[in-house]
Amino acid sequence: MPIIKPVNPDGTDPSQATWSRRDFFALTGWAGFLGGISAGLLAFGRFMFPRVLFEPATAFKAGFPVEYSSGEVSERWIKAQRTWIIRDGKGFCAIEAKCTHLGCTPRWFKDANKFKCPCHGSGFKGFAEGMDSVTVGINFEGPAPRPLERIKVALAEDGQLLIDKGPRFRFEKDEWGKPGSFLKVG
Amino acid sequence: MAENEKQSLKDKVFESQVWRSIFRHGYADTHRNRVLQVAGNVFLHLHPTKTRRHALRIRFTWCAGGVTFLLFLVTVVTGVILMFYYRPTGEHAYIDIKMLEFDVPFGMVIRNMHRWAAHAMVIAVWVHMFRVFMTGSYKPPREFNWVIGVILLVLTLLLSFTGYLLPWDQLAIWAVTVGTNMARATPLLGHEGPFYELVGVNARYDARSFLIAGQVVGPPALLRFYVLHCIFIPIAASVLMIVHFWRVRKDGGISGPM
Repeated sequence: MPIIKPVNPDGTDPSQATWSRRDFFALTGWAGFLGGISAGLLAFGRFMFPRVLFEPATAFKAGFPVEYSSGEVSERWIKAQRTWIIRDGKGFCAIEAKCTHLGCTPRWFKDANKFKCPCHGSGFKGFAEGMDSVTVGINFEGPAPRPLERIKVALAEDGQLLIDKGPRFRFEKDEWGKPGSFLKVG
Repeated sequence: MAENEKQSLKDKVFESQVWRSIFRHGYADTHRNRVLQVAGNVFLHLHPTKTRRHALRIRFTWCAGGVTFLLFLVTVVTGVILMFYYRPTGEHAYIDIKMLEFDVPFGMVIRNMHRWAAHAMVIAVWVHMFRVFMTGSYKPPREFNWVIGVILLVLTLLLSFTGYLLPWDQLAIWAVTVGTNMARATPLLGHEGPFYELVGVNARYDARSFLIAGQVVGPPALLRFYVLHCIFIPIAASVLMIVHFWRVRKDGGISGPM
């Protein structure tokens, strides 16, 4: 029985063509498959980041300045807002209670005059009556690589302190003097 | 007389129509049938059809890989049992563990079997790795199985880490806070890692918030770790275990002394 060679309608040999019908369908199939998988993976990556997070608001009102006495570390907002508010002779600053080593909550020890992290023992300088607040929170022992971060403190329209944990001020970037890091109160 | 009675009872059972309809014919205990029984069974075929004498020497293998697999099975069984009570939500997780410990009969046994088997599995997997290294069993043709083993080690550690959060107590929350904070330093994908600015990640969208669904370890992180712990990692580990065991057979069986 003679072998019948396939021939294109215009007389050319289909095996000489750059693309056979089979190549085309195979490539289309693979492109569709891989494209679908890639689109699925990209969608999953976006899916894992919800548009809304149900986390505590970053800003809060912390009461009136007269409620804070000069020369002490106020722990009034430590449970609810993880924030120490410190008033010295010139005004207010606010420190977030979050260790710069791996994010645990340090504790304030008034007698030892330092902040101490329970996880790995990092220590940060404290604050007392008559001191200037410029050195509060500087790391001096343990694994913490940098001082505690300060957060924005301002006055709200009603005269209360407005603390915002969004903007942060880092000592090592020389940001502790920047506007917002300290609230002057006469 | 007694022998005869026993025999007639045996006949009554094994020659009955019910028995014969289920089993059709008897089992001839021959070498060939033994091999076929192992080779033809979906669970048993991972066993070697023949075992070399050295493979049974406990002083050579320590059976550390087998012990690891047994402990994995223990955590799977006890884990599924725990899932009947545990709810991975902020309101319920902690109280459900308390309930399992103090109010559910045998709950404390099941929970502690799960916990200790998990600890022991981490130890056993390291022992297995140590043995394989010391006997040179990672050498060709077994290099690729060593690679799969390293991935399985990582998955074992991740199973432990994700399970750590589920009791939802202070220890769990802070350990996972510390652990996931390291993800901030992931190259390219962590917002405090090297080259993060090339990708443009920030605290809201980076490797850490992918893991814990936000910026703090809260209820969404608990749910995410629960899914990873109960579904994703066990399936990934099971698939790799199948390949791992299969490769042991294909690469020439359990390695023996030189």
